[in-house]
Amino acid sequence: MKIVVCVKQVPDTTEVKINPETNTLVREGVASVVNPFDMYAVEEALRIKEKLGGTVVALSMGPPQAAEALKETIAMGVDEAVLLSDRAFAGADTLATSYALAKGIEKIGDVDLIFCGKQAIDGDTAQVGPEIAEKLGIPHVTYVKKINEINETGLTVERMTEEGFERVKLPLPALLTVVKEINEPRLPSLKGKMRAKNIQVPVWNAEMINADPGKIGLKGSPTWVKRIFIPEMKCQGEIFDGSPEEQVKSLVDAILSRKIV
Amino acid sequence: MDYFLTEEQQMIKDLARRIADEKVAPRALELDETGEFPWDLMKIIADADLFGVYLPEEYGGLGGGVFEQCLVVEELSRACSGVAVSYAASGLGCMPILVLGSEEQKKKYLPDIASGKRLAAFAATEANAGSDPAGMETSAVLDGDHYVLNGTKQWITNGGEAEIYTVMAVTDKKKGPRGISCFIVEKGTPGFTFGKKENKMGIRASATRELIFSDCRIPKENLLGGKEGTGFIATMRTFDRTRPGIGAQAIGIAQGALDAALKYARERKQFGQSISSFQAIQHMLADMATQLEAARALVYATARMIDAGAKNFSKESAMAKLFASDTAMKVTTDAVQIFGGYGYMKEYPVEKMMRDAKITQIYEGTNQIQRNVIALEMIKELASKK
Repeated sequence: MKIVVCVKQVPDTTEVKINPETNTLVREGVASVVNPFDMYAVEEALRIKEKLGGTVVALSMGPPQAAEALKETIAMGVDEAVLLSDRAFAGADTLATSYALAKGIEKIGDVDLIFCGKQAIDGDTAQVGPEIAEKLGIPHVTYVKKINEINETGLTVERMTEEGFERVKLPLPALLTVVKEINEPRLPSLKGKMRAKNIQVPVWNAEMINADPGKIGLKGSPTWVKRIFIPEMKCQGEIFDGSPEEQVKSLVDAILSRKIV
Repeated sequence: MDYFLTEEQQMIKDLARRIADEKVAPRALELDETGEFPWDLMKIIADADLFGVYLPEEYGGLGGGVFEQCLVVEELSRACSGVAVSYAASGLGCMPILVLGSEEQKKKYLPDIASGKRLAAFAATEANAGSDPAGMETSAVLDGDHYVLNGTKQWITNGGEAEIYTVMAVTDKKKGPRGISCFIVEKGTPGFTFGKKENKMGIRASATRELIFSDCRIPKENLLGGKEGTGFIATMRTFDRTRPGIGAQAIGIAQGALDAALKYARERKQFGQSISSFQAIQHMLADMATQLEAARALVYATARMIDAGAKNFSKESAMAKLFASDTAMKVTTDAVQIFGGYGYMKEYPVEKMMRDAKITQIYEGTNQIQRNVIALEMIKELASKK
């Protein structure tokens, strides 16, 4: 079983600041980490490898320093890592990113299963995983919380929905995006950390993955960001004063007047 | 203080710290309450490769030494020294094999201990033989290709949980300490059973049991190093290498208590201000930190001296254990004092640390025995100069 895990290096904060003039993320002075949701993807890939054998390859697109994120996955037990890095990739939206990652996966070759986190904590789009699957022409399932069964030809998974879950059976090759309910990511091992320290992560540019120059970077990105802003809070809290009895009465009155019960 | 760790040592310390903070600390109070053996945490420590930090690479270790092991013990002890000692006791059980085992014995047992697949335990203490090994009653009699073990070992850390035991037994009563031999005994050997689990004051997550040998037949090749009469030497040489580890455990506990006390002192308000603004509290915190740093410096210097290949380090090793454990007792007691009434309650972490600290003054040689060792070495050194 050959498994690819797509990981993204993101700023180590859930409160990403946005430059109002350029509408881009402010990355200066913010430490980088592996997108937390991708850690669940790495863990699940490693568990399947431990069960069925094979190799796990971590794949990322980003600036040269994104190799650090890939090294973190190697410290956890990932076998190989590949970084797609080229000035021509810069400014990519999700469509251009997924195109480049799909081309990278094609170059890796003979991939049975692809894992992605459900979304990245910086952009929060949750689009790249499904887009990769579409580009590769393979089935995908999003928000996977459990893999019930897996063998060389196919798998059965449970995906989270707002009401509960759906059980989906699909053939391989396939792509899954996972939620945090699926597992608890392992810590790195010392031998893994030492291997990561010494490894040189191969860097593939646009030419090496046979990318169409019109489909990558800014050129390949139809998304046009008009403005980025944090939505204003519409609902307001209300604080009830008085003794506990009075507060409870106010709360009950408020609930009844809004016809909640 | 900056101890100028190598990149590898820093990596070991960081990983152990992460395990301590993320995995061990949240479980510490519960494990103290239930006294349940933390197998899940042992697995996490094993998966992180920390069981082999002090073992040579040829036996599956990482090629470090006593210092690397001290770094792990210290970090784990900050969070829960019951968990830390379960880890460290495997190293203690392994040490006789490392220092005096035959090549076959090393190849057979060390890789599993290095990977954490099997825990080890060390067994010397008996009901009537603690500080004085001459009182040892467990005997081993050669019968054909086997030694037959009879007797009971007491207060064995990892007893019942470990799979590999290094056991001291008398093969020649007439020779006193020189008549003690060391045997490698595997769990499951017929005639080898365990007594009840002890209900301890502290380090409650660790398992302490009796080992009972009743006509237990051990293959001759499990005699440590293939030589009778080396048990006492093996014990002394083991303790010389593991006492800094008790020191590391002590400074870890003390660091945990100091961190908690400092944080609490800034949060707790009395007379309209944080108690950390009172000089009485400030001076206590300053003394705790200073004594702790001195203890750490001594433990680290001793561990590095051993790893650098020093020939004799009994004195320094005993000093490190003695000073660090006395410091831990004092620092944890003062931490409880800073917490006031809350410090006496089980909902707060420092009363456990105070209970945990006490054992470091007792095991692997009481602090009174450490002083004997130190004084004896001093006298020997002076005598040898004449």
